[in-house]
Amino acid sequence: MADSYYKDKTKLQKGHFSKEFLQKIAATEPQWMHEKRLEAYALYESLPMPHTTEDDIWRRTVDMRTQDYWRRTRRFLRALDVEKYRPSLPTNGEPSAVDVPETGLPGLPYAEEASGVLVQVDGQRQHISNSEELKKKGVYFADLHTALQEQPELLRDYFMNKAVTLETTLKSGNIAQHNKFDALHGAFWQGGYLLYVPKGVSVELPLRVYINMSEADQADLSHTLIIAEEGSRVAVLEENASTTSDASGLHSGAVEIFAGQNANVTYVQVQRWNRTVWNFASHRAKIARDAQLCWVSAAFGGRLNKMNQASILEGAGSHAQMLGLAFTDARQHLDVSTAQEHISPHTTSDLMYRTVLKDRSQTAWGGNIYVYPAANHTDAYQKNDNLLLSERAHADTLPGLEIQAHEVRCTHGATAGKIDADQVFYLMSRGLSYTQAEKLIVEGFFEPVIERVPLESVREELSTSITRKLG
Amino acid sequence: MSNELTIKDLHISVQQKPIIKGLSLTVQPGEVHALMGPNGSGKSSLANGLMGHPLYEIDAGEVIFDGVDVLELEPNERAKLGLFLAFQYPTAIPGVSLANFLRLAVSAVRGKETNGDEKDRLIPMREFRRELREKMQQLGVDDSFARRYLNDGFSGGEKKRAEILQLAMLEPKIAILDETDSGLDIDAVRIVGDSVSRLVGPNLGVLIITHYPRLLEYIRPQFIHILLDGRIVESGGWELAEMLEAEGYDPIREKHGVKEEE
Repeated sequence: MADSYYKDKTKLQKGHFSKEFLQKIAATEPQWMHEKRLEAYALYESLPMPHTTEDDIWRRTVDMRTQDYWRRTRRFLRALDVEKYRPSLPTNGEPSAVDVPETGLPGLPYAEEASGVLVQVDGQRQHISNSEELKKKGVYFADLHTALQEQPELLRDYFMNKAVTLETTLKSGNIAQHNKFDALHGAFWQGGYLLYVPKGVSVELPLRVYINMSEADQADLSHTLIIAEEGSRVAVLEENASTTSDASGLHSGAVEIFAGQNANVTYVQVQRWNRTVWNFASHRAKIARDAQLCWVSAAFGGRLNKMNQASILEGAGSHAQMLGLAFTDARQHLDVSTAQEHISPHTTSDLMYRTVLKDRSQTAWGGNIYVYPAANHTDAYQKNDNLLLSERAHADTLPGLEIQAHEVRCTHGATAGKIDADQVFYLMSRGLSYTQAEKLIVEGFFEPVIERVPLESVREELSTSITRKLG
Repeated sequence: MSNELTIKDLHISVQQKPIIKGLSLTVQPGEVHALMGPNGSGKSSLANGLMGHPLYEIDAGEVIFDGVDVLELEPNERAKLGLFLAFQYPTAIPGVSLANFLRLAVSAVRGKETNGDEKDRLIPMREFRRELREKMQQLGVDDSFARRYLNDGFSGGEKKRAEILQLAMLEPKIAILDETDSGLDIDAVRIVGDSVSRLVGPNLGVLIITHYPRLLEYIRPQFIHILLDGRIVESGGWELAEMLEAEGYDPIREKHGVKEEE
């Protein structure tokens, strides 16, 4: 019964984010997941859309297509009609009818060696492969719907329970008021994956995940869940991209990362949605004792981006490196809130976010370092630098500290500036055109972030994306 | 004939303040000229104006090079014609390696008919590396120099050597050296001076802009010009440099009725 419903898209035309939809997919999922969805749905229904003037966390979020940054009104997000977007139908672990062409999907290089590959298009899993290495070592890597069937206990324990949860989003503070979209995600999540790395296992090659939107009016609600047990080591490269330049879409995503004691996790997300996609996301990582997380977040796409990213340093001696790189143009808006939460002593964090803005694009970055009372001997660093290539581009930057412990070292800083005329003149006096000079200066500006990225293939991909964006 | 640089009655101002007030000078390939003057006489303004810095306003006059009025051209077009300026204070470009930048610059200047934006218009990497290594050895700079970010954290001497390295790689027809000896110790002045004099030949004309005659010991100019208050007040041979060394600028100021700059 349910199967025929999934295959018949015509029945899901208006008001897709409904209780009815949840009832329909309930048959394919465990009861507890259904209840979890209903709980999230109730919250989603009860919450108003975020409000620019009343919700502090949304104060700097602007839809540049319809809003005037300097004269913001209550019409905030008026152009966003959530109900217009269509969540995809869970594949329920069944292989999809659509095959991946041999040449790969546009923009997805297959040449790179990977220990596992997942390709998802419009919420549907198109391809998954696990290397012999993964199987032999007991690593579990599957789309989330399959995982729900095969690893229900793991999901029940972790899924939206410990990192991105509806409870934490209701708390006050930095992460707080972002909950409308987290609730939407909790109720209607579809797609995404679970990666589970057992204790002591070291995965040599990175895993590659391609999450795509292709059809118009798609809603992508992918959920990333990475669990790296004690002493394990793994790297994941995830790309979120549109396959067309104009198909409108909505992404409401969540990323949950658990780095167990002494684990070493690298997670890279490159976001290249097209310029019509509304992009909302909550990313949270929990880092246990002596574990290390290297987290790279690169954003190039989206119409309006609202993202929360938090590293929670739970275990003593844990370390988080947060590298951010963003390049906006046209009328794109990118609003990122980051948090470095130091809960235990001797924890270290290092955040470096660099943004280049073109045309009339605007960005806002608000970063907070929280040092909890027990977190003595914390060493935290944050830096946000912005390079404006146009007179009409605008960057807000708000670094922040909240320290409740002693013997702490926290350093932060922020800059925003136009391209340096003397640099341009110097380069042009050597024969470079203005365009070449600008390109070189932009590449140089991103270089401190890129050089810290631990994987050569990612560094190359980021450089390619930057070049493409420079036009 | 066509490769000569001819400056005719040039007037340059900075933020509405006239700095160069009618300067004429011709530099032929194979010639070395020295333009000497005290601080504030307009030396650097002339250098920047000739290369096309947007802050330096050309009020009158013309600069003909290779038969073209270069004042109409963008700085990169002047470079492609064969003009080169070694900066007094080279700008740092963090994150951009010297080699990366120089490969683009060499490709742009040598591939004159193109914009040099495309990858296939770049000079082949092996060819470029071989040439760069050779020239770095001649200049006595370490191989690691090429990988460092352009002028970023360079010492004074390193900056000047990087400028001369670029001069050697770009092979211009006319090179303007703006205070290339400033901030250098005596050994560095000798290295830079020897390097430049090796480059001087029938195809390169040089205009050395300097405050002190010490660099000129290594690159003997045939022509010495003295710049005071935006004008060339004396032109001559080596004897002028010797006179300046012995007596300083005061007698010349007195002779031409120019007060010392505050």
